[in-house]
Amino acid sequence: MSDHTDSSVGSNGAADGPIDVPPEYRQDETVEDHKTVRQRLVEGLLADKLALFGAVVVVAFVLVAVFAPVVAPHDPEATFGFMKEPNSYTTGDFDGDAATERVWHPLGTDSFGHDVLSRIIYGARVSLLVALATVAVAFTVGTTIGLLAGFYGGWIDSVLMRYVDFQWAFPELILGVGIIAISGGLGVTNVVIAIGIAYIDDFARLVRGEVLSLREEEYVTAARAIGMSDRRIMTREILPNAVAPLIVQATLMIPLAVLAEAGLSFLGLGVKPTTPTWGLLLSDGRQFIGQAWWISVMPGFAIMLTVLAFNTLGDGLRDIFDVNDGEVESR
Amino acid sequence: MRRYVAKRVAHAAFVMWLVATTVFFGLRLIPGGPVRTMLGQEATPEAVAALRAELGLNRPVYVQYVDWLTDMLLFDFGQSLSTGQSVTTLVSQAAPKTLSVGVLAIVIGLAVAIPTGIVSATRKGEPVDYVATISAFLGVSMPAFFVGILLALLFGVWLNLLPVFGYTPPSEGVVPWLKSILLPGIAVGLPYAAVVMRMMRSSLLEVLNEPYMRTARAKGVSSRIVLYKHALQNALIPVVTVAGIQLALVLVGSVTVELVFGIQGLGRLLVDSMLDRNYPVTQAVILIVAAVMVFTNLAVDLVYTVIDPRIGYGGGQ
Repeated sequence: MSDHTDSSVGSNGAADGPIDVPPEYRQDETVEDHKTVRQRLVEGLLADKLALFGAVVVVAFVLVAVFAPVVAPHDPEATFGFMKEPNSYTTGDFDGDAATERVWHPLGTDSFGHDVLSRIIYGARVSLLVALATVAVAFTVGTTIGLLAGFYGGWIDSVLMRYVDFQWAFPELILGVGIIAISGGLGVTNVVIAIGIAYIDDFARLVRGEVLSLREEEYVTAARAIGMSDRRIMTREILPNAVAPLIVQATLMIPLAVLAEAGLSFLGLGVKPTTPTWGLLLSDGRQFIGQAWWISVMPGFAIMLTVLAFNTLGDGLRDIFDVNDGEVESR
Repeated sequence: MRRYVAKRVAHAAFVMWLVATTVFFGLRLIPGGPVRTMLGQEATPEAVAALRAELGLNRPVYVQYVDWLTDMLLFDFGQSLSTGQSVTTLVSQAAPKTLSVGVLAIVIGLAVAIPTGIVSATRKGEPVDYVATISAFLGVSMPAFFVGILLALLFGVWLNLLPVFGYTPPSEGVVPWLKSILLPGIAVGLPYAAVVMRMMRSSLLEVLNEPYMRTARAKGVSSRIVLYKHALQNALIPVVTVAGIQLALVLVGSVTVELVFGIQGLGRLLVDSMLDRNYPVTQAVILIVAAVMVFTNLAVDLVYTVIDPRIGYGGGQ
């Protein structure tokens, strides 16, 4: 906290100030240069090494997931030698041309002979997709509830707050398990719904808080005065001003969703056993930990790296957008 | 003060009632209902009707609801559909195992987090702070079951120092018991420690910047007393909240880590009952976990009034 700032902006304002104030106590009015969101993002990321690392890894993982068929060295269902160590080779005819070739397994093969790296790459698709879809569900529903509750108050607000209390009683994973029990059956959609519902309250609470402070702003009063509809005030005046904490919150929720999906799949209550997600791959390798540690450990590192990247990126974004620490929920 | 406590207790009871009611109606939303699941799709309508009568499902819903709620209050969770054992027995066999792991995890977690957070905050920017911060980042990024697998691999398979499978009850000796829960406890405790440590660090840093810290130093209070008496007292308040809220992490961690170490605790019970569609067991475990959470939140709020005299009394929020 410096109480004496020099700035080119507003320097002539100081000259007009009272002359009896000694120069060292003269306070210039500082106006921060306006920067577009993109400028702030780029400059902020370049200045914060950890966040930059996060951003790079996130982008890399997303690209790998999108282009999985191109990036993966093998078909995830193709089988080679069983439980080959990382950085080993299988020799044999795998492309059906009668000639034998040597196939490299940088991360080894699993108990069925699947190439671990290829499975992790295809697993990235499901894991990231589930995480993004989950956060999208929570974001949409939570933001809507939060907007309505904050804007109208009254009984809508009371119902929301009771719901939030209710959800506090459940750790996300247990709530997810309960929802899966009710929805019956495993599968990507059920997992997305289960974890998505579990995160609604985080967004709802955040948006409600933002709306409560924003709805008293003069521009909202002005919008009301010119006869804007409530709906338009909410979506055009209030929501855009709450976007920074929402972005940060969403970025910090993605790793939690990745972890929750991995947890559910690890318990065998997530996606169907035939869908390769990181949690499931890790769980599959558990029984072979004594003979072939890499089957479990490699997907575990994939989870860890992704979660770490999203966390560092989210923390960086929080600093860049200057969002209060208490405003967004994170682990 | 007394009014505040009464209000919080009433609120906790209300939430618990809401949870129980949701579970009750949730069970009735299951496609086909428990009877269909128990008898299979080919069951004759007569068999379905007979079982419905036996389970009391043909009575009016409000009668069933009141009965069910009374049973829950008396800790009567019914019988397991697969073995016919009372669910209360099953739960009371499993719960101590999960509890042992969870309590050890909390002890380990706090023992690691609080000193590390203090050191990290008081030596901000020094190498030790970087190491601690990065370790904490890694810690929040690892699911407990993955830490468990790494520990099992390192200490069980490679070093062969500790058992990696099963649970030894304390009745067979404290040392074997501790040995059997040490690795699971660390696996659950480390991610928890990472979260609490981050909070400890940022909270203490904030307090150290407060003007009253400068005042304390200026009037010649020794740096040790400044830190432990003046700073920590206030810095610990948000830490208590986080440590309480994140008990969910411990609970979920214990549930998943049990599977890694082959401990037949609540997690195993929950997963097995889900896969068998053994609803009475699933419902009991979910209710117990929710009750623990509600009770923890209540306890955190009450501890708050003790460590932070500014809160409470008037009724708060």
